[in-house]
Amino acid sequence: MGKALFAGVDIGSSFTKVVLVDSEGEIKGSSVRRSGTDFNSSADICLGESLKQADAGHDAIRYCVSTGYGRKNVSLANETRTEIGCHGRGCYNAFPEQITIIDIGGQDNKIISLDGNGNRLSFKMNRKCAAGTGAFLEEMSGRLDVPISGFNALAMKSDATVTINSFCTVFAGTEVLEYIRDGKKVQDIVKGLFVSVVKRVIEMDSLSGKIIMTGGVVAYNPEIVRIASELLKTDISVPPMPQMTGALGAALFARDENHKLDTSLTAKAEICC
Amino acid sequence: MNEVKKETKKIQATETMKSVMAASFKELDDAVKSKSKKIAWCTSVGPAELLRSMGFLVYFPENHGAMLGSSRMAADLIPAANAKGFSPDICSYLTSDIGSYLTGNTPLKKAYGMEMPKPDVLVFNTNQCRDVKDWFDWYGREFDKPSIGVFTHRNIGEIKNYELDDIAQQFKDLIPTLESIAGVKFDMDRFRETVKLSRQCSELWKSCLALSEKTPSPWNFFDHTIHMGPAVVLRGTKEAVDYYSLLKKELDERAAAGVSSIGNEKLRIYWDGMPVWGKLRTFSDLFQSLDTCVVASTYCNSWIFTQLDENDPFRSMARAYTELFIARDEEYKIKYMTDLHSRYKFNGIIFHDAKTCPNNSNNRYGMPERLQKHLGTPTLTINGDLNDLRLFSEQQSITNVEAFIEQLNEVA
Ligand code: SF4
Repeated sequence: MGKALFAGVDIGSSFTKVVLVDSEGEIKGSSVRRSGTDFNSSADICLGESLKQADAGHDAIRYCVSTGYGRKNVSLANETRTEIGCHGRGCYNAFPEQITIIDIGGQDNKIISLDGNGNRLSFKMNRKCAAGTGAFLEEMSGRLDVPISGFNALAMKSDATVTINSFCTVFAGTEVLEYIRDGKKVQDIVKGLFVSVVKRVIEMDSLSGKIIMTGGVVAYNPEIVRIASELLKTDISVPPMPQMTGALGAALFARDENHKLDTSLTAKAEICC
Repeated sequence: MNEVKKETKKIQATETMKSVMAASFKELDDAVKSKSKKIAWCTSVGPAELLRSMGFLVYFPENHGAMLGSSRMAADLIPAANAKGFSPDICSYLTSDIGSYLTGNTPLKKAYGMEMPKPDVLVFNTNQCRDVKDWFDWYGREFDKPSIGVFTHRNIGEIKNYELDDIAQQFKDLIPTLESIAGVKFDMDRFRETVKLSRQCSELWKSCLALSEKTPSPWNFFDHTIHMGPAVVLRGTKEAVDYYSLLKKELDERAAAGVSSIGNEKLRIYWDGMPVWGKLRTFSDLFQSLDTCVVASTYCNSWIFTQLDENDPFRSMARAYTELFIARDEEYKIKYMTDLHSRYKFNGIIFHDAKTCPNNSNNRYGMPERLQKHLGTPTLTINGDLNDLRLFSEQQSITNVEAFIEQLNEVA
């Protein structure tokens, strides 16, 4: 039999992520692309790319766990887990100690607190609105007519951050327009947007233990981590693939579940014999 | 979306409940048509016993509000009330009910073939919130009928005698106006009899709810919300007493036979706050798919008035309608939920933060955090609303609940 792989598929509102791990939990392949409207096909493409990296075929996949907003749309998945559980699992893998995870996603933010054994103590998701999420930055990128990929470099150049007060994405947009009218520099407005994202997230819950930041917004904008660290007056760690922690967690759950299945089958076989 | 539903045994009394409710609405409709009886509108925890004893047929706009919610008509009707100056941030029972009246669109038509019965008098009790007074006052002006009521103390810790004296007196003060509208004299014996029936109804309702202390629970919160109808709108009548006697008999049998309302009960949850009326089925299926039974709630426990005593009707009624959870302070509420926790043995507590009902959203002053610490029981807050589904994100709520159950399973 060829090598066994375990797949984690994270279908987020903006991006689909796939991670493959082997039975040691080592990453053998990964891929990310926009989720689009056909979640199943995005997952298939990502899976194909990941399998190519792993130099393996579909039959190598022993178990698959899907997570994220579109978790119930993955036909390949043997089971689903919430993104809260998977982010926790993925982060604990990199930081096996008491941690609080701040995840900034495309449409939702999460704060997840784990004890030293990786058990969840609590979690919070943002309320209904997009304030503080990737969707907020995407909306503002349109207002400023600056591609979102340029935000991080711009924010790093800022020396006079503007203040964005509103909780509401639409009203924050109005504030941005006022700053444009006042002739404020784009870099200062972008830095102001980053500060506002961080504030919206850190006010969601109290934080304890080691602080970890994850999510696509963090992956593409490390300046956000620096700002959060400054506001919280503490060091913040980021796992090696911050956008992939949910998919990694799902893949690790897949490995664990498969192991449980194997063990119970072996036990049954022993009873029968 | 969710897993295949597990086999569950239906509650047989449901059909009787439907016909009891239908008969009471028919009685209201007949009275409107024949002008044979006076109609009083009453808030859900208002002085229904007093009104019934004076011959009024009693109609509860909040019950209509819940119907607007569960029929998912509310979100389309609320804007009509908003246009009249009622903010989208205030009680969505109020806004959907007034919107229903303004647009002539009521679920009563489909359910009972009738229109909203117009009032001869509107009687509120502010023990639950101020919104009910504003709501009734608006209709009072609209129909040119008196809107009268009782102003209850709020945020109460230990209940003081002066508070009970005050409320009892306020009930008595309603009588002259009610007599002039009803055209009959207040009759103390009839009042005592109605209070007695109301207490009997409460005792039965209480013992039906208490059967959910059993593991597995023979019924659950979603069943409770359906079967609470008579406890709200028919308390003080023999029909309600008869109905809950029947229901209790069936539930006793289910409990004795070890019937689980969800098929396979692994976890038990307490629900605090209002139901999301338009999503009862979604939540009920979701919890069932997660082998989780919602065994108790603040909401369904709110219509237990066992303090009622026909030997001291005014004062006992003052006590019953003041001791309500919603009118109490945070310390009392924590004690109350601690008591329920020891009886119902739930693994987690879900707080529903209903955007338009701050009065029934108990998460807003740090109670989940305090309770979690006090009981060692995890809590979750979900954001939504009783009626306005524009304020509810289904996907986010499902993820929150699923993640919470994952967390509880880790511990279990
Ligand atoms: S308690 Fe809440 S739901 Fe009930 S009438 Fe008042 S505001 Fe509306």
